[in-house]
Order: sequence, then structure tokens, then C-alpha cells
Amino acid sequence: MLTLENVSAGYGSFQVLFGVSLEVKAGESVAVIGPNGAGKTTLLRVISKLIDATAGEIRMEGRSLNAVPAHEVIGLGIAQVPENRRLFPRLSIEDNLKMGAYLPAARARFAERLEMVFALFPRMKERHAQLAGTLSGGEQQMCAIGRALMSGPKLLLLDEPSAGLAPVVVQAIFEVVRKMSAEGYTVLIVEQNVRQVLKVVNRAYLLETGRIKSSGSAAELLNSSEIRKAYLGI
Amino acid sequence: MDIFDVFLLEAVLNGLLLGGILALLALGLNLIFGVIDVVWICYAEMIMIGMYAVYYLHNVYHLPLWFAFAGAIAIVAVGGAALHHLVIRPVLAAEPINQLLVTGGVLFFLQAGATLVFGVEFRNVGIRLPQLQVGEMYLSMARLIAFGVALAAMIGMSVFLKRSYLGTAIRAISQDRRIMPLMGVDPNRIFLVTSALGGALAGVAACLLVLQYDIHPAIGLSFGPITFLICVLGGLGNMMGGFIAAFIFAQFISVGGFFLHVEWGYVLAFLFFIAVMFWRPQGILGGK
Repeated sequence: MLTLENVSAGYGSFQVLFGVSLEVKAGESVAVIGPNGAGKTTLLRVISKLIDATAGEIRMEGRSLNAVPAHEVIGLGIAQVPENRRLFPRLSIEDNLKMGAYLPAARARFAERLEMVFALFPRMKERHAQLAGTLSGGEQQMCAIGRALMSGPKLLLLDEPSAGLAPVVVQAIFEVVRKMSAEGYTVLIVEQNVRQVLKVVNRAYLLETGRIKSSGSAAELLNSSEIRKAYLGI
Repeated sequence: MDIFDVFLLEAVLNGLLLGGILALLALGLNLIFGVIDVVWICYAEMIMIGMYAVYYLHNVYHLPLWFAFAGAIAIVAVGGAALHHLVIRPVLAAEPINQLLVTGGVLFFLQAGATLVFGVEFRNVGIRLPQLQVGEMYLSMARLIAFGVALAAMIGMSVFLKRSYLGTAIRAISQDRRIMPLMGVDPNRIFLVTSALGGALAGVAACLLVLQYDIHPAIGLSFGPITFLICVLGGLGNMMGGFIAAFIFAQFISVGGFFLHVEWGYVLAFLFFIAVMFWRPQGILGGK
């Protein structure tokens, strides 16, 4: 579904990604793990076209994204839950979800998808009129995931959904990720919480200093001595 | 004392009516600032253009008044979008002081341009509405209409911002501009629409003001500073704050002018403004 071929990117003269190649197939959930500053967020930004790749090619269902402007990416079926959730703090939960359904095709199915999101996160239904800025971190993450789902994406990009959340809430968020991949969503998730994320995805890539260091099934990576030593502390 | 009370009541009511039009002026400026983070110092000059548009369409080209009004609103709306595209967009990432100076430059450009093109003489569309007598009080019919239209425009704007997708995007973009593309929203398009909307509001104000004032190239100076102060008083970018501040300001002008001299009304209003700035620099309701 999504293919990256030798993608390089950065900010001005500061290069972050060096020739990254990866693939996400329809229906699978894939994680990109790695330490802080490895370029995980930049990777998702370049897929969403918030920044341009300086080299290489990104393709969604065979179509090159290189010349696609950022605001048209979601129309191709790629929705992102950005780092730090980035909700609109002074809009209600429902208005935040409405923004997720901004595209004309999504507006037509607003009511139906709203029900779907409310079924997934009953808390969102209870608090639909509450301002997003007043929600707890976990609730904000649910709202941000719900906002991305409102567009009816083929591919969901999640940027560190567990960041800054209490352990019990992290559990709940990963449970949602597991549930979504079980329901057939294609998910690309970027995480520092290696132990948890490898339990809910099919495959993973290890990204270090802007380069893919290794990749494999979640089980393979969980058992690799390199990962166990560096990321799981075993 | 009875008569006195009636006159005071008349002043209060006229202040209320004046507040309506001031609130409309503040609404447009607050909308632009709230969404784009740029103050159109030349906002009142957009109104001046709208007033000339009404004059030329109606009195020179002899088109029906309603057509002249619709035309003026459309012209200023296009002018607002053009202002954004040609002047604001290149300085969007610049320092606020540069943005201020650029729109300030547009103020003098429009004023001088109007003097060149239209001349310095005072024009008038020639419509003078009667005073409305209620009991022993006289109320300005033009102000009453302006009040009604301003109120309707504000309610319409608020419904649009709350209910529609575009309106929700306009509220959202002021909170997080950079994330908008992830929603499928092209920020530049929202800015253009907002600028056109701000322009249209200036156009509506122009239609209401030609009923009360003569048109001349410097007419903007009569409304520009006071509109800006009202916005700051209410909290720049805060539409509800601007709304409330407009009515407070209008009461100072109207009732203050009633007790003392008309000019004293303005002196009191500006003294009040300065006092509030000491007490609450962020404005009555705070910024957006």
C-alpha cells in the first residue's frame, strides 16, 4: 500500500533521514521503533508531505506522492495522528472530529463515522461538547485517533501515541491499536515504547540516526539480542 | 425631572444603536486578526472604498440602491481577498511590526489614491432617513437600521462559524495553523476566504454608513482608530469581547456627550480605554 524508496529528508541544511526504504502492505500493522532523535517523527511528516523529501520516492497504492501538496494527502487515504496529538484546544471534541471529516467525501458520511468513533471511545460520546484542551492526556489521544478515523483512512499513521501518558492509559491506547489492526485497518506506528508496540504489530523497522538498521516480524525483533539489550533492558 | 429622564433614555438608546454599528466594524477586524494574526490597519479605508462604490453605482451609474449595496459588498470582499493575496501573504512569516507597517502603508495608499481618483469634495448618496419619534424621544432611523443589520450580520457570522465545516476550519486554523493540511485543509484558501469575509463585513458597514455620513477620502480616519481601540478593549481577536466593548464605548460617547459636550463623550471613552489598559492590558475578555 505504502512504499518508501531511499527517502532522504530534513530541515534546511540539517538532514534527518538518510535513504530510508520501507513498505506497509494492506491490512498489516507496522511499527518504526528507535530512540529519540532517530527521525521517526520526520518520517511520518515526510509521508504526510508536511515536509518534502529531498531525495527518493514515496508511493501510495502505486501513485507517487512527490508532487502532491500536503492538504491532498488525506484525500488519498492517509490520515495522521500527529506527535503531541495537536488537537484544537478551544474546539469541542465534536468539532475536532468534524475537522477530521473536512473533505467533501468524508462529510457525507459524518454521522455514520461519528457513531463508529463513539462506539470505539464511549468517553468521547459522553464528553462530545467539552473543549478538547480540558481533556486528560489519554482522552486527548483518543480524540486525536478518532479525528484521524473520521476521514475513513486506508492507512493510519500514529506518531508516539503513548508519549506522556500514564502506564495504565498507555495499555488502553495500545489495546485500541491492536483492535484497529484486528478490524483490518492498515497502521504505521512510530514508537519509543518498544516492548508494548511490538506486542500489537505484525512487523517493525528499527530506525537509528535516520537509517533503517534492521527489520523483521515483531516476534523476531522481540527476540533479537540487539533490541533486547538496547531497548528492552534485558 | 421627567423630561430629563426621557432625554437620558434617548441618549442611552442612541448609544445602543451606535454600539451596533461599532460592533459590526469590530467584528470584521477581529475576524481577520483572530484567524490570520494580522491587524488590517487599513480596515476603515476598505469601508471608505465601499462607500465610494455605493456612491458611484447608485448616484453616478444610476443603478438601483439594492444593487449598489450588493455591488459594494462584493467589491470590498474581492478587495479583502486581494489585500491578503498581494500584501499580507508575502509578510505572513515576518515580524508583527512589519505586518503592521505594511497594512499602515495600504491605509495611506488607499487614502491618497481615493483623493487622486475621487477628489477631495464631500459626496452624499442623498438618502436622508427621518428621525423616528417614540413618545417624546427621537431616534435615528439610519442608526436603527444599522443596528438591526449589524445584529443580523453578527448572528449570521456566529452561526456560520459554529455550524459549517468552513466556519469550524476558520476557528480551528487560528488555534493550530500548521496542522491544518493533515485535515485536508489548504490554509491559504482559508485565509483568502476569511479575508473576503472580513472585506464583505466592511462592505456591509459601508452600506450602513453612507446613510449617515458624507463620503470623502479621509472618512476612514473617523472609524479606523475607534474600531481598533474597541477591538483592543475587548481583547484583540476575541469577537465576543469586541461586541461587548463596542456597546460600552458607544454608551460613553452617547451618554457622556449628553451630560457634557459631544466631544467630551469621546474624551471620556478614550480615558476609559486608557484606564482599562492599565488594569487589564489583555482587554476585557482577554485575547483570542
